[in-house]
Amino acid sequence: MKTNIILAGVGGQGILTIAAVLDTAALNSNLNIKQSEVHGMSQRGGAVQSHVRISDKEIFSDLIPEGKADMIISVEPMELLRYLPYLKKGGFLITDSNPFENITNYPELETLYKEIKTHKNTILIDAKGIAKEIGNSKATNIVLLGAAASLLPLSDESLQKAIKMLFQRKGERIVIKNIEAYEKGKEIASEMVS
Amino acid sequence: MKKLLLGNEALAQGAIDAGISGVYAYPGTPSTEITEYIQRSKIAKELNIHSKWSVNEKTAMEAALGMSYAGKRAMTVMKHVGLNVAADVFMNMAVSGINGGLVVVVADDPSMHSSQNEQDSRNYGKFAMIPIFEPSNQQEVYDITRYAFYLSEQLGLPIMIRMVTRLSHSRAGIEISKRKAQNSIHLPKNPHQFQLIPMHARNRYQHLVAIQSDNRESSENSYFNKFIDGPNTSMGIIAAGIAYNYLMENFEDDSCPFPILKISQYPLPKKQVKKLFNKCKKILVLEDGAPFIEELVSDYFGESKKVMGRLTGHLNRVGELNPDNIAEALGFERTISEKIPKIVSGRPPELCVGCAHRDLFEAINQLKTENTAQQVFGDIGCYALGVLPPYQSINTLIDMGASITMAKGASDAGIHPSIAIIGDSTFTHSGMTGLLDAVIENTPITVIISDNSAVAMTGAQDSSASGRLVTICKGIGVEKEHLKIITPLHKNLDENIDIIRQEINYKGISVVIAQRPCVQLPKEKKDQLKKLQQVSIN
Repeated sequence: MKTNIILAGVGGQGILTIAAVLDTAALNSNLNIKQSEVHGMSQRGGAVQSHVRISDKEIFSDLIPEGKADMIISVEPMELLRYLPYLKKGGFLITDSNPFENITNYPELETLYKEIKTHKNTILIDAKGIAKEIGNSKATNIVLLGAAASLLPLSDESLQKAIKMLFQRKGERIVIKNIEAYEKGKEIASEMVS
Repeated sequence: MKKLLLGNEALAQGAIDAGISGVYAYPGTPSTEITEYIQRSKIAKELNIHSKWSVNEKTAMEAALGMSYAGKRAMTVMKHVGLNVAADVFMNMAVSGINGGLVVVVADDPSMHSSQNEQDSRNYGKFAMIPIFEPSNQQEVYDITRYAFYLSEQLGLPIMIRMVTRLSHSRAGIEISKRKAQNSIHLPKNPHQFQLIPMHARNRYQHLVAIQSDNRESSENSYFNKFIDGPNTSMGIIAAGIAYNYLMENFEDDSCPFPILKISQYPLPKKQVKKLFNKCKKILVLEDGAPFIEELVSDYFGESKKVMGRLTGHLNRVGELNPDNIAEALGFERTISEKIPKIVSGRPPELCVGCAHRDLFEAINQLKTENTAQQVFGDIGCYALGVLPPYQSINTLIDMGASITMAKGASDAGIHPSIAIIGDSTFTHSGMTGLLDAVIENTPITVIISDNSAVAMTGAQDSSASGRLVTICKGIGVEKEHLKIITPLHKNLDENIDIIRQEINYKGISVVIAQRPCVQLPKEKKDQLKKLQQVSIN
């Protein structure tokens, strides 16, 4: 078993929190993990990505080869498409629908959504809106994680445990909000996938 | 249980567990997290391991050498271009040798994710004739770091560990072993070892040359260099460091049919290379960075056609390796099913919203419209983004400190106005000496120190310049009439332009300190800085 996940977004949007949950859950499940991230200059409002690889066997490369990603989880709709060459045939796309427009030549939203929807296995959701409804817009990334949960090689229990572990020091309220965000993401995705 | 660590963190943990007494470093991507991990480590604090940032890589490496002189284990950490700054002590401490174990960690940045070049530090290690380690994965990073301190004391030499961005910034689970106690103070046995006057230096250099056989032997027998046999001898593969992982990625279940020589320690183990050459018809060299091994093992004219790699076009000559370009070199077809859709725009990094550099560039660009700030010499830091739109304020960007000295040279050539923009931390790193050059000749340049009181680009680490800039500039000899402080805020734009214009028009050396803390700093830190900054020029 080997699962390759690309996390995408813009510097500062919190993709490393998703990565941290995946890492923790995988490690607690005695699986091997490799997870690359971007540090330094590109973090400043630029495109960032993280490659997460989970396997019960030894993992060699820190980078996912082209055409081998099982899914791309993106916190930004245009950033999702930047990593399409990594997606394997039949792979899944999971993304927030809310654009982060800090450039002048951002594509038309309609065109962008249309392009995303040309892919079969797509979960395009208003994760930010859902997170706001719950009362914690910072939990957008966890909504997306929830939406991807059924596709991951990790049990629901291990993912929830990892979320609890990671947010523990921020207090009980934040833990509850993030679990709620995770559950909500899962629920919406199950409606879309089935 | 395994500990989930970045390659950089695994290295730091390895150093703590090897019993270091201090780490000396200046921040630089991709090396920064090594020192930060030790700064945050509770156990390092308890053990009183020194970890405060140094002013630059040269002062860092010299301090590490001083700690080694005292008999304790020390580590110095930098990015590849930082080693250029520390090259003086680096070359000479190979000659003097060390006392307590000393490890030099250099993180190279192939593909220049956050750098001006992709120089390969293995060239420096060979130049200095010291052992070099090049780990292939995070566990090896940990194990090698522990071993490197031992080997350093065995050979009496500093050791280089070469990291690359992808290894530095990727996490994996690491098995940690027991921590070794720190060395106690013990001075060098030979009183002349560290006295490199010619008569002693000649002896030491002779010694360095003489122990190269031990250095080679260590590499020939290294646990980290592995000859992995394979049935298909039509090709043999030399895979160095992280390239080994990319190679293995291309074969299911570790089943590479070709014999492989995995290299993680240098000098290159000649006997094993010979074995591979004798066995195989062709040799493919996989290495991240420069064609360092390939040049060593190719014949001079490249006529034997036996060696393939980055020089022969079988792999990209520049830019990092990855599983895909190695797949191509192996003759596999690439499996891309989709291209990036045309509607996807580039998203380059940009200055943060509210960043003080933005207000400074706005002032500079206004002066450009008046023709008073045409030549602006830039420096290394977030403000290097001033090269890009929307500001495009900066004409040059070369190395740490070059803004001031290049502005001086251009001024000497007859260009006026000639303006330098340099960050506070870059100024104390390598700008102060250049400013002294300009003061000595009263060169008509204006130096703008964009002081955000942080080493911002690498993550807002403490700046050595905080609260000291006025004192330093005055001490170097800048006249107080031409040393100005401005606050780069939009509401001050006109006033700031007036002050900068006035200093540009002055035909002598002037310094304008544009002072406002980095927006990334936490509030407590900003408040603390405000108190520091209340030093007035008078």
